Formats: sequence, structure tokens, C-alpha cells
Amino acid sequence: MSTATEVEGLLRELAPGVLGALVRRYGGFDTCEDAVQEALLAAAVQWPTGGVPGNPKGWLITVSSRRRTELWRNEAARRRREQAAALLAPPDPEPVPAVDDTLTLLLLCCHPSLTQVSQVALTLRAVGGLRTAEIARALLVPEATVAQRISRAKQRIRTSGAEFRLPPQAERSERIAAVLQVLYLIFNEGYTASSGSALHRVELTGEAIRLTRQLRTRLPEDGEVAGLLALMLLTDARRPARTRPDGALVPLAEQDRSLWDAQTIAEGVTLITETLASAPIGPYQLQAAIAAVHDEAARFEDTDWRQILGLYELLGSIAPGPMVTLGRIVAVAMVHGPQAGLRQLAAAEADPALAGHHRVHAVRAHLLDLAGDQEAARACYRLAARRTLSVPEQRYLESRAAQLTPPSRA
Amino acid sequence: MKYLILIYSNPASRAVWEGLSDAQRAEGLQRYAALNEDLAASGELIVAEALADPSLATRVSVRAGRTMTTDGPFAEAKEHLAGFYLIECEGIDRAVGHAARVPEAAYGLVEVRPVLDLNGLGLDM
Repeated sequence: MSTATEVEGLLRELAPGVLGALVRRYGGFDTCEDAVQEALLAAAVQWPTGGVPGNPKGWLITVSSRRRTELWRNEAARRRREQAAALLAPPDPEPVPAVDDTLTLLLLCCHPSLTQVSQVALTLRAVGGLRTAEIARALLVPEATVAQRISRAKQRIRTSGAEFRLPPQAERSERIAAVLQVLYLIFNEGYTASSGSALHRVELTGEAIRLTRQLRTRLPEDGEVAGLLALMLLTDARRPARTRPDGALVPLAEQDRSLWDAQTIAEGVTLITETLASAPIGPYQLQAAIAAVHDEAARFEDTDWRQILGLYELLGSIAPGPMVTLGRIVAVAMVHGPQAGLRQLAAAEADPALAGHHRVHAVRAHLLDLAGDQEAARACYRLAARRTLSVPEQRYLESRAAQLTPPSRA
Repeated sequence: MKYLILIYSNPASRAVWEGLSDAQRAEGLQRYAALNEDLAASGELIVAEALADPSLATRVSVRAGRTMTTDGPFAEAKEHLAGFYLIECEGIDRAVGHAARVPEAAYGLVEVRPVLDLNGLGLDM
């Protein structure tokens, strides 16, 4: 007898292979995906009590083939049976030889004709093997919204003429970049403060790491795939120290580093070190390298800020962006002092992407605090707290401001 | 990103609504229906509701553990919330695009507010 959790894990592993087998045999990604979803639901109900069948993948292929035939028949009936019923191939009980479909599926689910929210939902269902209800809980949106995103996405795929096969080599790197973006989005979506509503949620950070690992198995030479996996591992390793029991987030500088997951850090550090030595450099690798420098410091005071500054400068030269600029300015302040950081911050604000951004106020508050100007720091923390879009960040910024409040004078 | 589109009502907009012909009113409702349909079809709609008249509001206060209620109507506020859309879309520009389709936008009565999320990744910078 297997526990429900073991069954869930097995189903998620098998899902992309089952879907790939169906699509290759019958075509029609849309209907096949619905059929697999129903087979997964049936297995999730039956297996924990009735036991896992001897050939679980074969079982799923058979059940979803049967379901696909029913769905196909209904659809065909709706189309006034335009198509000859003879086209209905009887379901083949033999599982198809193991051909790897995960990469093809990932690329299809992250097709450029889809919006990013749809790419996320479809990837979690078709490649991750999650059920619509689980995805909805994890993304904190209603189930109907997720169902609609998925059906709309599949409709778009159909009308765009995209097919279940690897895109031509010329498009490949751009398409893989889109997959990485979706996987990182799923990771970030999961990297939220724990709260009551999080209790029964699928762990999206773990799911993102699992899918990125699968992608890395398929593309071992791709430096950015390895870089993203390392970045996720090195970030996720700090999770046990990120949250206080009351749910408040603890910033990097104040985390109890003995709680960090040393094994995951070691894996991430090895991965990024090997990758930087062998692959062409890219933004995910550089972000992973920065995370590795943080993770390797036994205490916050031991952080090698010079190295972090160098990495941010490199990152800014190959993939500039407002958050990269702010990260570099923090490093400048740690290496050359808060005044140097404040001067660069004033200059950086000329960029419209940064002007008025709450992170600018937060970084300024932090640097003013370091420079000893508590009153100005407090005002900037308050301003940042008012303008942030994140509840945990707001809570943190407000508490920083409160800590700087001088004892009231009577 | 989640956004709340707030639709307000004021005496001027009510007077306009009341002055419309049946056909014009039907056209306004048709525009709402089309917006609802598009938002649902794109998977961006989370919930949308129209609110009953503010005269039907009940104010709630708790004093010393006792819940007390006061029924409306209250002294008329100039503007009141008449309805809302909670949507999730890729950014403020797209949210504004949807908000612009609300008929009340013609009278400057529509507002878009970002919704706070639980993401705390920014603190790890």
C-alpha cells in the first residue's frame, strides 16, 4: 500500500511521459491533455487504497487512451460526425517505448503565442502533472480561473499551428529562454511567506526545482539551465531561516545561518562552479554565483562583497535591469561605504524604471541607516513600506522604521 | 499581478444613467457583458460584482465584545463604490486597458489599484 503522497510523486513523474505517448500516437495535444488529466485524477483516487498497478505508466496510458477516445467521440458527435469513425484507433495496451517527451512538452507549454500566466498554468498541469485544483490553490486564484487559462492556452496552441515536436534549431535557444523564465516564475511564486493558506498548497519552489532538474537532464550542456537550477538551489537552501515562527520574513543579514541547508548549498555551489568554468556565461549563472557567495559566508560580516560587486558589474553589462542596478549599489555601499552607495543611488534614479520605485526608497533607507542618519532612514523606510506591493516586505519595512523611532519625549 | 478595478458612482453619473434611453442602457450593459466575457475567456478574471445601492448598507461596530449595527441610508457621500473587478494580468498597462472598457471610465469614475502579494523574494537582495 502506498501513501497518497507517494502516489502524488509517482503521478507527477509519469505525467509528461504519458501525455507524450498519447500525443504522438493520436495527435491533438488539447484532447490528449484533458484525457491525461482525468486519468491522473482517477489514479490519485484509486491507487492509495487499491494499490499501485504493476505497470503504472501502462495503466495511465491505457486509461487516458480510453478517455481520449470518449472525448474524441463526443467532439466528433458535436461536429455532426464529419469524420469517419474508422479513424478511431483502438487503444494500444502496450506502453510506447520510452521516448523523452519532457523537453518537447515544456517548449510547447511555454509557446510564445501564450501569455505568461497561461504558460505557468499549462506547464504545471501538462508537465508537472498537477491537477487544476492544486494549481489554483498554489497560485491563490479560483479553480475556474486556472481551468479557463488552460483551455484558452490549448486553444491558442491549436490555432497557432504549433505542433508536438522540437522547434527548429534556429528557434531553440529563444524558446528555451522562455521555458527558463516560466520555471523561475513558478519558483518565485512559491517563494512566499508561509501563511495559513499555504498549509495545503503544493510546494511550488520544490515543483520548479524538480522540473528544472528534468530539463537539465535533457540539456546537460546548457549553461543557463544549470545556472537557473543552481540559483534555485542556493536560494531555496536559505528557506528554513527566512521566516520567523510568527510568519515575519528575516532579511539575509539577520538570518540564522546554521539553519541553512548545507547539503543543498553544496550541490548548488558545485553546480555553478563547474558551469562557470565550462559554459558561455549568462545572467542566471551570474545570479547563482552571487547567491553562492552569500551562501558561502559563515556570518554576514564574512560576506565577500568585492566579489559580489564584481559579479553585479558583469551582470549589469550583459543583462542590465533596475534590480541589477540596485543590487550593485548595495554592494558598492558595502565595499566603498554608504555615502558612495547613496551617490550612485541618486544617479540611478534618473532611470524612469527606478524613479519612485519602492525598492529605491528601501535601499536608500538601508544606506542612510548604515551612514548613521536614523531620522532620514526612518522616513525612507516608511515611504518604502507605503509603496511596496508585498505584504511581508511591508511588514519588514514598517518594523525597521519602528526600530529607528527615538524614545518619545514628553 | 492582481489588480482591483473599482467603479464609482456619483450623482452626475447616476443622472446620466437615468437619462439614457432603453436602447442606450442596453448598449451600456452589453459593453459590460462583453468585458466580462473577454476577461473570463482570457483567464484573467478572478471575480467581478456589482454592489447594491449604498442605502442598503449596514455599518458594523464592535464595542466591548458586542456587535452593533446601523442600517443605511447614511448621510450621502458624494461618491460610492458601485462595483469591482478583481483580475490577474501581466502588468498595470494591461489592467488599465481593461479598466478603460468600463463604461463609467467616460466620467472619470474608474480606478485601478494593485493588490498586495505575499512574495518576499525582494528581502534576499
